[in-house]
Amino acid sequence: MMEAFEILTTASLWAAVLRIATPLIFGVLGALICERAGVLNLGIEGIMTMGAMVGWLTVYWGGDLWTGLAMAVLAGMVMGWVHAMLTVPLGLSQHVSGLGITLLASALSYYLYRLWVEVGDLPPTIEPFLPWAVPFLSDIPFVGEVLFTQTPPTYVALMLVGVVAWMLARTPMGLALRMTGENPHAVEAQGLNPVRIRIWAVMVGSGIMALGGAFLTTAAFNSFFPGMVQGRGWICIALVVFASWRPGKALIGALLFALFDAFQLRLQTVVEGVPYQLFLMAPYVLSIVALILVARRARVPEALMQPYRRGER
Amino acid sequence: MNAGAVLELEGITKRFGALVANDDVTLSLQKGEVLALLGENGAGKTTLMNILFGHYAADAGEVRVEGKPLPSGKPRAAIAAGVGMVHQHFTLAGNLTVLENIVIGSESLWKLGMDREGAERKIRALSVQFGLPVDPAARIGDLSVGERQRVEILKALYRDARILILDEPTAVLARPEAEQLFTILRGMAQGGLSIIFISHKLHEVMGASDRVVVLRGGKVVAERATGQTNAAELAELMVGRAVARPKRAAHEVGAPVVVAEGLSVSSGGGMALDRVRFEVRAGEILGIVGVSGNGQAMLGRVLSGLARPDAGTITFDGRDISRITPREAVGLGIGRVPEDRHAEGVVGDLAVWENAVLERLRDFARWGFVRRRAAEAHAAGLIARFDIRGAGPATRTRLLSGGNMQKLILGRNLAAGPRFLLANQPTRGLDEGAIAAVHQELLMARAEGAAILLISEDLDEAVGLSDRLQAISKGRLSEPIAAEAVDARRLGLMMAGVWETRDAV
Repeated sequence: MMEAFEILTTASLWAAVLRIATPLIFGVLGALICERAGVLNLGIEGIMTMGAMVGWLTVYWGGDLWTGLAMAVLAGMVMGWVHAMLTVPLGLSQHVSGLGITLLASALSYYLYRLWVEVGDLPPTIEPFLPWAVPFLSDIPFVGEVLFTQTPPTYVALMLVGVVAWMLARTPMGLALRMTGENPHAVEAQGLNPVRIRIWAVMVGSGIMALGGAFLTTAAFNSFFPGMVQGRGWICIALVVFASWRPGKALIGALLFALFDAFQLRLQTVVEGVPYQLFLMAPYVLSIVALILVARRARVPEALMQPYRRGER
Repeated sequence: MNAGAVLELEGITKRFGALVANDDVTLSLQKGEVLALLGENGAGKTTLMNILFGHYAADAGEVRVEGKPLPSGKPRAAIAAGVGMVHQHFTLAGNLTVLENIVIGSESLWKLGMDREGAERKIRALSVQFGLPVDPAARIGDLSVGERQRVEILKALYRDARILILDEPTAVLARPEAEQLFTILRGMAQGGLSIIFISHKLHEVMGASDRVVVLRGGKVVAERATGQTNAAELAELMVGRAVARPKRAAHEVGAPVVVAEGLSVSSGGGMALDRVRFEVRAGEILGIVGVSGNGQAMLGRVLSGLARPDAGTITFDGRDISRITPREAVGLGIGRVPEDRHAEGVVGDLAVWENAVLERLRDFARWGFVRRRAAEAHAAGLIARFDIRGAGPATRTRLLSGGNMQKLILGRNLAAGPRFLLANQPTRGLDEGAIAAVHQELLMARAEGAAILLISEDLDEAVGLSDRLQAISKGRLSEPIAAEAVDARRLGLMMAGVWETRDAV
């Protein structure tokens, strides 16, 4: 028991928490932007896979790491555009379209990877992002090691939380986006175009999701392989609910899940006689419990999943 | 063409498929004027205003604001030209604040911040200037319907509207609130705003407008200065023929059918019904009048088997029905016309024939299968007998107008010849022609010996139909009085909870 407690006080655990949380932060922010505008985006799992593949491939073909991230965003936005076209102007079922996008984007990623990359016994690798110690700040004991010795995309993810929170709460655009998710008829009556707002929200949100995938192949690992997103997209969909559609709480949710995950990995090594599968399960079980505790009070955007048609109520 | 007109509509035509919603409509609005646009449901009033505001593009015709043509199909252009619209179904977001609902769309989407203080100052100033008190920080979902409407009006004023369009502004308001609204609108008109309000209620039009334009079948059929017309003329112009609500004929009343004693239901810490006592006799209509929210809804729920009383009894032919289920109620021959026909009366996405037989499905089923042909024939019978227009058995029920939907609900109850009928707000939101039809059906059921409990907020209706009246106030019921003994003042006092037992019958 003491050992378990000691794990919690090590800086390496907390640094790992931030690393594990990074793709989740991107994913949950992207999903949150889509849902705040009233569109559920179950394409997330596939869009993250797409981002992972495109980001990696760009670097593999000689591109800069940052160019890789930019290309991942672009690819995510293209997939988001498809989802937006199906669900917003055409008003099709957001569930069906989203799952379709996930299947399409994942399969397309694997296909293009096989087509363009020669895979030997081991998947080819790239030079990934390396941890970058922030001058001075990284010298602070404990905090420096946890917060300021991460790879650059992690810093981007943390800053993005603030940017999205500010955008939603404090800018006219954020208000228009939230209103579109609550009552698109009200948006139209005030002279704005809810269809356009939804399309852009889904595209931008999808671009951010793709960054989460690209983090996996350009920072966490150095290669791409099928199945590497491992349901992180679905976790993000649940985290949005856990967060009551708020960016700040989304960050907390992502960190919490990452903590469970990092903790169980380390517990496996110190606790004996317990099947490791139980530890693997733990983050998911705890997430469900947390969701039950928190989500009952969540305030769902009123027009979430309701297609908007002009002049119809 | 029209000197001093702030708004002109010329030759507006709009078709939806084969339906001509607006046919060459021309009208104008003067500065500082209150214009009433009067017409029955489906006359094309809302379509016309949606064209004016830019929700729809007209097929032909032109809208001019202060002489300048308005591009069609662009709400943004209408707002910029100073046109504000208060929609019948509010366009508000319940989870956002008053301030957020008002300012959205007023600032460039690319600004990095919002001027909340400035917006709040402007909202407060407008509130004071026009007598529309609201708290800018309140969440819309926590506001009453009347307050939400104020927010809707403030939204238009915040965008500097000089022309205000209100679509059926009193549809959701109780009478005192409605009167207050018209006082405010008057004040606005005196302050130089020009106002169009849409209505099918004659007393409002007579009381609040300077001029009336009557729309029927998508065409302007008449235009009158309000001072030079009267309600009877307007009613005839609106419906296209003389309509009079049917009169109740005197006849013999039978034995008590439904008797309630000491009925109490608590709800939310208070008493929704407090020791209620009434009896409804065969062949009579007992009217329950009162301001909405005084327990009518609970009374309706208890009598339809949707809520259980905490104390007291209800008997139906001597049998206790205070704990019955809706299915047992149907089986006993208790007919129910629910308060909210869309939510509880019909299933909008099902066909008319399905709605016609849903509550007695067993009669139209064999070995677990629906006898569709018999059910459709039954529905066709109802359509013919109760004059349900615009519908066949296969029509999706949502497509019916409110009046025809209500006739369907009434018809499926009356076809079975019920001993007892609960009619809860049976004509709410209906136009004059449909009201007359519903009244006719209720009176015929009465003549055939049904005991009818009529719950209504419309005093003219309650007094016109009922043999006896009881007032409901804070869950308590007054003693019944005969309709003949009623005068407006006494009824008003009764609805306020002041009653004596002097000439109880």
